Amino acid sequence: MSIWEYANPAKFMRTTEGALPWLVGSAAICCVGGVVWGFLTPEDFRQGSTVKIVFLHVPAAMMAINIWVMMLVASLIWIIRRHHVSALAARAAAPIGAVMTLIALATGAIWGQPMWGTWWEWDPRLTSFLILFLFYIGYIALWSSVEDPDSAADLTGVLCLVGSVFALLSRYAVLFWNQGLHQGASLSVAPGERMSAVYRYPLYLSMLGFLLLTLALILIRTRTEIRKRRLAALQARDMRA
Amino acid sequence: MIDLGQYAGTVLAAYGVSLALIAGLVWHTVAANARARRALQEFERNG
Repeated sequence: MSIWEYANPAKFMRTTEGALPWLVGSAAICCVGGVVWGFLTPEDFRQGSTVKIVFLHVPAAMMAINIWVMMLVASLIWIIRRHHVSALAARAAAPIGAVMTLIALATGAIWGQPMWGTWWEWDPRLTSFLILFLFYIGYIALWSSVEDPDSAADLTGVLCLVGSVFALLSRYAVLFWNQGLHQGASLSVAPGERMSAVYRYPLYLSMLGFLLLTLALILIRTRTEIRKRRLAALQARDMRA
Repeated sequence: MIDLGQYAGTVLAAYGVSLALIAGLVWHTVAANARARRALQEFERNG
């Protein structure tokens, strides 16, 4: 069996129908579990109770970048192999990525105010995240503004390639420029100061929850796009008849 | 009851904004899916 079989819309709909209840259930358990567990963690000796924001901020930021990478892969599959499901999956993922980026920006600003003394700073990571958010908005707008779906998929595919620079930049900005207020990675395998296990495990669970939630939402939204496309095709056939 | 100390407003605002955005996204996703399914079923039934 080949992965390309799932490029067939009928096969994709059949397979995802069976997988979705499990995915939604595990996403709900992990999301609620991770966020509630995180909320119940003790205060940090430096940051006080604001440390609890990490359980939303980090998973949302992680998904903001990874969704764009997923859109890039889907767009490349469309550009190279012309599989419609991949173009529709990229389109379906964009609003989720935009919301995740907005959550990362909003929680970052709310967290930054008491810790840094400012809501916003033109720091490399913050700025590249803002640009990533604008790319998401532009991507969604471009899909809506082009009438022919294949042309829209082509144009948004190119936009996705360009935006990938900022998606990667938002991940590695703090390494490129050793300046700004934002700290380095919260979780790292490198030696040095590590996050306490009290915070690390709920954060892992919350990250898993956000990942599963994103996957579930992408599948549901892709199914929606496939249905809309089928309806449009049937209506067009009816008009011709 | 959890005591959030002097940063209670900050923490609750972050959780409130995030959960509202996620709830909105989930609602929009489910509603759009239901609308699309209904429209397609209706068209296939009535031709």
